[in-house]
Amino acid sequence: MKFGLVFAVAASVLSAGAALADELKMAVTTSFHNSGLSEVLLPEIQKDLGLEVQLLVVGTGQAIRLGEAGDVDAILVHSKKAEEKFLAGGNGTHRTEIMYNDFVLIGPATDPAGIKAANDAAAALSAIKQAKAEFASRGDDSGTHKKELSLWSTAGIDKEMLDPSWYKAAGAGMGATLNTASGMNAYVMSDRASWLKFANKGELELLFAGDPVLFNQYAFLPVNPEKHPHVKAELVLKLEEWLVSERAQTLINGYTLNGEALFTFNAK
Amino acid sequence: MVERSILPLRLTKATLHRSGKTLVGPVDMTLAPEGFTIVMGPNGAGKTSLLRLMHGLERPSSGRVEWAVDEVASRPRQAYVFQQPTLMRRTALDNVAYPLIVHGMKRQAARARAAEALRGVGLGDHAGKQAWYLSGGERQKLALARALIRNPEILFLDEPCASLDGRAIHDIEHILLTAHAAGTRIVMITHDHGQARRLASDVVFVHHGRLHETAPADAFFVSPQTQEAHAFLKGDILI
Amino acid sequence: MNDVLEGLRQAALLIVTFDADLMQISARSLQVTLTATLIASAIGLPLGGWVAVHRFRYRRSVIALMNALMGLPPVVVGLLVYLMLSRSGPFGVFGLLFTPTAMIIAQVVILTPLIASIAHQAIRELWAEYHDLLISMNTTRGQRIRTLLWDARRALLTAALAGFGRGIGEVGAIMIVGGNIDQATRVLTTAIALETGKGNFALALGLGFVLIGIAIAVNMAIHFASKTEVSSRW
Repeated sequence: MKFGLVFAVAASVLSAGAALADELKMAVTTSFHNSGLSEVLLPEIQKDLGLEVQLLVVGTGQAIRLGEAGDVDAILVHSKKAEEKFLAGGNGTHRTEIMYNDFVLIGPATDPAGIKAANDAAAALSAIKQAKAEFASRGDDSGTHKKELSLWSTAGIDKEMLDPSWYKAAGAGMGATLNTASGMNAYVMSDRASWLKFANKGELELLFAGDPVLFNQYAFLPVNPEKHPHVKAELVLKLEEWLVSERAQTLINGYTLNGEALFTFNAK
Repeated sequence: MVERSILPLRLTKATLHRSGKTLVGPVDMTLAPEGFTIVMGPNGAGKTSLLRLMHGLERPSSGRVEWAVDEVASRPRQAYVFQQPTLMRRTALDNVAYPLIVHGMKRQAARARAAEALRGVGLGDHAGKQAWYLSGGERQKLALARALIRNPEILFLDEPCASLDGRAIHDIEHILLTAHAAGTRIVMITHDHGQARRLASDVVFVHHGRLHETAPADAFFVSPQTQEAHAFLKGDILI
Repeated sequence: MNDVLEGLRQAALLIVTFDADLMQISARSLQVTLTATLIASAIGLPLGGWVAVHRFRYRRSVIALMNALMGLPPVVVGLLVYLMLSRSGPFGVFGLLFTPTAMIIAQVVILTPLIASIAHQAIRELWAEYHDLLISMNTTRGQRIRTLLWDARRALLTAALAGFGRGIGEVGAIMIVGGNIDQATRVLTTAIALETGKGNFALALGLGFVLIGIAIAVNMAIHFASKTEVSSRW
């Protein structure tokens, strides 16, 4: 009886680790996942390529680390500077732009800082700082966070001026940070797709958008097989070809929420 | 082939120290192969420590405790009944069968023998009960049955009847006398003078950890040699 | 309050319709934690017993260490196991990261000290009771440990259940080493974290109620199977 138990446990453990035939691991950002686009694309990829894409939904910072460590086969992120650093370090083979959306500024419907009337993003952020209105930040070294920091910088506001009394660094993914903003009725910068899909808006509204500087480009980077021979390079190539294909274009451009398109395909 | 007896037991200048105090000793005595020895003495005299020393539950701090055979060989031929019986968290039957199983008997055979032993002490109906449910007297009878199940050559008992009623005491004394008649050497501590008179063939009087007086039962109870033994039998408090 | 009621409704809906996602997530939760509990018990119970009965040189330090490890924050364990199993780590070659096996490993590390400590405590108490008796009966060391383990079985079962309880509600370690991958390493706790992060509170609550239900059901099943209340005091 004892042996039977040991055998059952061993079988359970082994089957838990058994790998499936065609699968690869890809690290993607929370902003990408929270938009819901992956739930549309993954089943189609499975159908068309017989390929199961396992998504690890993490911040851009962690996605880059996973790629560097070789724990995933490819990454899909949205921070050009970090991506170029990744490639310079020999961690990836190349970067392929797939699609873009934009960042928007969200805030309480009452808009105490008056950013609705701002001319550009920098002015909007300055207004928030002036009013010392509460602002929730990703604070997690993600693509979104890096973008946000660059905007503060453009507005001439240093990191030291981002005082914790009104600037709240959540250290979390997009959804969690939106939750925090909603709970505090604070301003927050989000990618449009995540905002549209977010289910706990509370009293928040989309207040500012359209500044070209808020452009948000997503790129696909295969992990370098020379550095990590175990990555599934052929499968990654197949996936990339699919992601830049017309099929993907149709699906991505056709993904709408309440009539609004969330992403724009721009692969060449 | 007849097994060599483990008796006599010889204590030579045996002592027991604990935390700087001398609990027992030095003690010189010989336990002969025959007899029903009663150990008596005031509280704190060291009776329990002496018994534990003899049985091997304590190692002598100095001196020797020697059986007629090698100590390891003597252990399976001894048994000990504690003042508060230690019952295992099992049925009465399994409690009594345990010593047999531990020494290699098959479970079924052991249980059969245990059932018989329980009937022998009047607990036949309680075999399937959890031992915890037994009364004080029943528990001590169980402990006795368990101690006697492997026909030990020598049985040590530490005040087995201390908290029992008359009926239980009567039953237990009967069991002891029967075992003794069948050849079991008995060494027993008791506070009950009447019980001592009923059972003893010889008496060991312990005081301040030393053997103050040893004598055959008749001699001891009728004319104790020492002042302390005399005072003790009269019922005085001994300091 | 609305959210809570909505959560109850969602939970009922998921269960009644045998929602496919719920089924596979729950099955995985049970698979990971039950396996981890079994392994941790297989290691921890005899270990607790052995330390209770044997006297050896560093016994006190080992006991202190065992008790201290109970307080290991699960998320830190997760991080350490992650670094071990990462491709850039010492055991990366096995490719175990982001699989249920990695989750089981992390949980075994978390649960073993807990189970061993509780077992040690129970057996130590029983050993104090049985000490003179078992020595008087001339038992071997192995016999003593087996007797103690058997007679203390109810307390040991409690130890295992405590381990299971800790494991089924754990989220930090398995999130890190499992990656919360849909259809592969997502379990109830990580799914709750995910849905909460998306603002889907009702669904998260629904999953939460299912998790509570499972935890209670497992505890009750074992409780009745061992007839803890029926017969003896222990």
